[in-house]
Amino acid sequence: MRHLTFKTATNFLLPLLLLFSIFILLRGHYLPGGGFVGGIIAAIAFVLHAFAFGLKDTRKLLKIKPMSLMPAGLALAVFSAILPIFQGLPIMTGLWMNEPIPVIGLIGTALLFDLGVYIVVLGVALTIIFTISESV
Amino acid sequence: MTINLIILPVLLQFLLAIILLFFWTRTSIQKIISIAGSMFSILVAVLLFSAVYNNKIITMQAGNWGPPFGITFVADTFSTTMVLLASISAAAVTVFSSVTIKKARMKFGYFPSFHFLLMGLNGAFLTGDIFNLYVWFEVVILSSFVFITLGGKKVQIEGAVKYFTLNFLASMIFLTAIAVLYGLAGSLNMADLSGKIQNIQNQGLVQVTAVLFLVGFGIKSAMFPLYFWLPDSYHTPQAAISAIFAGLLTKVGIYALLRVFSLIFIPDLFMKNLIVILAGLTLFSGGLGALVQVNMRKMLSYLIVCHIGYIIGGLGMFTVAALSGAIFYLIHDIIIKTNLFLVAGVIYKINGELNMKRMGGIYANYPALSLLMAIPLFSLIGVPPLSGFWPKIDLFKESFTTANYFLLGCFIFGSVITLFVISKLWSEVFWKKMKNPVRKPYIRYYDEMPQNQKVLLILPIIFLSLILLYIGLGAENIFQLSNKIATELMDTTAYKNAVLGTTKIHITP
Amino acid sequence: MEIILAIIVGLLYASGIYLMLRRSLVKLVIGLVLLGNGVNLLIFLLGGLVKGKPPIIPPTDTVLGQIYADPVPQALILTAIVISFGLQSFAIVLIKRTYIVLDTDDLDQIHSAEEDEDDY
Repeated sequence: MRHLTFKTATNFLLPLLLLFSIFILLRGHYLPGGGFVGGIIAAIAFVLHAFAFGLKDTRKLLKIKPMSLMPAGLALAVFSAILPIFQGLPIMTGLWMNEPIPVIGLIGTALLFDLGVYIVVLGVALTIIFTISESV
Repeated sequence: MTINLIILPVLLQFLLAIILLFFWTRTSIQKIISIAGSMFSILVAVLLFSAVYNNKIITMQAGNWGPPFGITFVADTFSTTMVLLASISAAAVTVFSSVTIKKARMKFGYFPSFHFLLMGLNGAFLTGDIFNLYVWFEVVILSSFVFITLGGKKVQIEGAVKYFTLNFLASMIFLTAIAVLYGLAGSLNMADLSGKIQNIQNQGLVQVTAVLFLVGFGIKSAMFPLYFWLPDSYHTPQAAISAIFAGLLTKVGIYALLRVFSLIFIPDLFMKNLIVILAGLTLFSGGLGALVQVNMRKMLSYLIVCHIGYIIGGLGMFTVAALSGAIFYLIHDIIIKTNLFLVAGVIYKINGELNMKRMGGIYANYPALSLLMAIPLFSLIGVPPLSGFWPKIDLFKESFTTANYFLLGCFIFGSVITLFVISKLWSEVFWKKMKNPVRKPYIRYYDEMPQNQKVLLILPIIFLSLILLYIGLGAENIFQLSNKIATELMDTTAYKNAVLGTTKIHITP
Repeated sequence: MEIILAIIVGLLYASGIYLMLRRSLVKLVIGLVLLGNGVNLLIFLLGGLVKGKPPIIPPTDTVLGQIYADPVPQALILTAIVISFGLQSFAIVLIKRTYIVLDTDDLDQIHSAEEDEDDY
């Protein structure tokens, strides 16, 4: 597996895949995509890196434990869900900004929720894959 | 805020779980947060209960999507009662587990999973959407998988394989039933389905769907003949985990059965007979299973199966009085099964044995503690005026008036077996002298614990016993409550109106 | 198309349950995976198959006029897939753990201990 071609390609693919995952995350509201798919793609990027350079290097690259991504993402998602409560609306009601932001587009709580899902999925997928491959 | 009060029990547990996830390895902080949070959740549950009991059904449309398209949360008397009971037994178990669960196991996310489990339970009780019910069920079983494997010893793994397989199968059958139901009626909102299901041409297929639901929930609630996984897995985890499993996990299956079969599928004669026969056989087989066990926890597990039969029997007769008896039994059963497994945990801590033949001498050494433990044990038998007695009157009387003599026989059989088994337990564990006790080095015995830990161990049992005494001595209030719930279950117009009635569906152009 | 899907669903259910009844743990998990996929396809099938009719209202109308594809089954399947993803990853870890602890993947061997050296 640790072929030079593969290693070199991974070096280029990792940032590309991460960028692509964010692209997928952002287009998710009106077009196919979203937090779950984006998170999975980001996880694939790191798994690819782990295949090429070994788990140890990937952990170093990540800096934080993938496990600790889970509560952060969950907290973000819950935060977006409870925001409407303060306006007297039922939970999870979508709140939207009035003006679209350039490049990203119209922002609402849905994006925040999706971002939370993205982080959780990334954390969960990496935790599962790292745990299984470490114990083999 | 009033509209969001309904989601607060779910949200609170979710937030607690997230906060606990941040303190993954700091177990002492986890304990404090978890206990404080559980106490607070009782308060929230009481608030919600009194708001619903004194006024009317509260509903909320998640995401502000009008019914029947969005996910509805409905708090009627039944669901709020269940939320209240769940938070009471959960609070007792958190206190108990702060002493008994090993530190190494707490680091595998015991407390976060505990609150995820409760979130799932509360969600399942409060949702008004059948697919959402499935999702909450999955939240519950995923967190219960963490519990059942916690420890990773041989017995636990063996129990986990059985538990996992049967629960996965049950979920798949449940999901299949939802798929067929959606194909038939085109809706997932339970109140909406309730109106639509009668207008379906193909009533044969509706029957098949009903049976699929019965099988799916039947596995979860350990009904005959689908209960075999329960006694094989409930005795393997630690006492606190068994207590929460025994008190709440099978009961959420019962809750779903009662809800689905009173709201969506109104049982016809065939269905009633089927449920009655299954209930009788559940009582019979669970009782016989308990009779032959020498392992205390396994025996109690069989008693769970046995007593499920009372509640299902009440559903099978399907009259207001029978349902009222079943609900009363359910209220009593949740508290008592949690308490019994906590008692079993303390007995294990004192004796260090699971086999009843090798136990003994608790009454001689701990007379006050034995008297305390007698309360749940006697309530389970149904010694008047303790709590097990009252619902049985309703159930016995109703099986007479509806001429279900087979069920009546099984009810009596179940009671007698319970009496026999508990008196066996009492004489073996409490009165008999313990022969040549062996101290095992891997157990933290009760008498080795410091005083404050002993208090934390006994306090939940006292708390739950007091509630049991209240259920028994204040039976009038519980009767009123269960009667109100049963009336609401039989006449679902209030439920339907609360969900669908007043809100007009309009699509903005 | 419906008939083909119905046959596939039937096959998936049958093979899933057949594999669950085998004695091997690995086959059990494969059976569970197949069963999960069968259920997902069933939701898809029973939601009604409509080709090329998105549930989008033309700007001139206020309600959906003609036959349209139901978006709900997609949402249900996506949720079910995510859940079974979690369950299946748990199952894989569990069978691996079982194999390490019990040193067998034969389900008939899983009935040994009544109690273990453990502090319950």
